[in-house]
Amino acid sequence: MDLTLKVWRQENSKAKGNFESYQIKNISPDSSFLEMIDALSEQLINEGKEPVAFDHDCREGICGMCSLFINGRAHGPDEEITTCQLHMRKFKDGDTIVIEPWRAAGFPVIKDLMVERDAFDKILQAGGFISVNTGSAQEANAIPIPQHKAEESMDGASCIGCGACVATCKNSSAMLFVASKVSQLALLPQGKPEAVRRAKAMVAKMDELGFGHCTNTGACEVECPKGVSLDHIARLNREFLAANLKF
Amino acid sequence: MAQFLSSSIGKKFLMSLSGLFLLVFMLVHLTVNSMILFDSSGELFNRAAHFMASNPIIRIVEPVLAIGFILHILYAVILTIHSLYTRPVGYKKQKLGHSSTWSSRNMFILGLAILTFLVIHIANFFWKIKFTGHDLLADVTIHGVHMENSYALVTTFFIDWWWIVGVYVIGSIALGLHLYHSIWSAFQTLGWSNGIWRRRLNLVGLLASLVIAGGFALIPLWVKISTLL
Ligand code: HEM
Ligand code: SF4
Ligand code: FES
Repeated sequence: MDLTLKVWRQENSKAKGNFESYQIKNISPDSSFLEMIDALSEQLINEGKEPVAFDHDCREGICGMCSLFINGRAHGPDEEITTCQLHMRKFKDGDTIVIEPWRAAGFPVIKDLMVERDAFDKILQAGGFISVNTGSAQEANAIPIPQHKAEESMDGASCIGCGACVATCKNSSAMLFVASKVSQLALLPQGKPEAVRRAKAMVAKMDELGFGHCTNTGACEVECPKGVSLDHIARLNREFLAANLKF
Repeated sequence: MAQFLSSSIGKKFLMSLSGLFLLVFMLVHLTVNSMILFDSSGELFNRAAHFMASNPIIRIVEPVLAIGFILHILYAVILTIHSLYTRPVGYKKQKLGHSSTWSSRNMFILGLAILTFLVIHIANFFWKIKFTGHDLLADVTIHGVHMENSYALVTTFFIDWWWIVGVYVIGSIALGLHLYHSIWSAFQTLGWSNGIWRRRLNLVGLLASLVIAGGFALIPLWVKISTLL
């Protein structure tokens, strides 16, 4: 496949940045999107130019490191998939592909297509944990948990913290991320003791770090590579209200 | 409590409650207005309007309604302005149509359209009935009770000006689109949704917005068209 790429290039977090056009040839439809960018970087290096900086790690859809806004959609044109799992067969020969970094006040650009997602870590540090005494693991059946609760909790826990929800949302809201992290703990008995503190602290941190409010457009759910449901946001709203009714 | 209300979720909570309150008002308002459709002598509507104007409960609800509107609009402005700062650099290409409805993305624009309509609407009727008066409102007597002839004011207005009918139809459509997204959204904000209720509430939202927008649009159209028949 031969493609035209319009890629966001930005020297560093302070620089202004602009789109650069590149022609790339002989890309296999079976290669992944990141492999295509690897090929571009190689081409740039051969031309004596700076390769494109972008985030990636596992390249198997589990770590949440890869990002990219591709042709107007977070993680590109496929459904429920990360950019590393996106394949070039989703594009046509001769296509022009616009590649942009996540755009949000909470996710400043570090270089080219890389963004700083420390904000998510700070939200987790504010309350996305349970406090337990260390030591050997507890006997597995000591705390019975209904199957459907365990399933719903796992659905929340499937969030890989990629930030596509924020990148897609018209308000750059982090509600889907925060909701999945609150839900996974709120649904389990182990998460109950700190429920009040957690909901308050994580929402306060989310607001403080410059993410927007939730208009319930549902775009996050559609673009989330793990299909995390808006139902978790309803649960977060309940948890937050309940937390504020207890003093 | 102050902490709750200053959070993004708390602000949405107030929008949701005030919005649902306004929705209830719209339903009552539509019920009263629909009397125009069922009795071309105007008696039914005049009696309903008189009942609303003289009922002490309604007199108490009136200022509460004004507060509801003010709260809703105030928080709409606060949240919308804040969201302008959450993405300092925008996208070159963004396909939002794939992942969300137009209504859900344009609630503020739709709200402004409703507000503009509201100002016109209040100037047309409410202001005249309540404060300045109008020749067409000259008292009628129904079953020995004196009351203003609101029916004459309303219908004459629609019959005389086609474009006013157009303004009312556009206002109704804006309201319908606003409600199409907001009914489920309001419950979601209150935490009152899950996999099952989301589908139900979306259906209720669709039906309610069709009935409310359709009803409000039908009344001026009906009044105008029935004079042409
Ligand atoms: C009769 C009139 C109105 C009714 C019945 C109504 C109802 C509602 C409801 C039920 C919601 C959902 C709240 C939620 O998502 O939790 C809503 C949202 C909203 N309304 Fe209204 N509304 C009306 C007028 C207005 C006006 C005049 C404005 C002002 C400009 C406005 C602006 C908004 C905005 C911006 C939102 C979305 C907030 C967000 O999530 O970003 N509305 N409305
Ligand atoms: S909720 Fe989905 S889109 Fe948002 S960070 Fe988690 S995995 Fe990514
Ligand atoms: S690189 Fe790990 S999810 Fe894509």
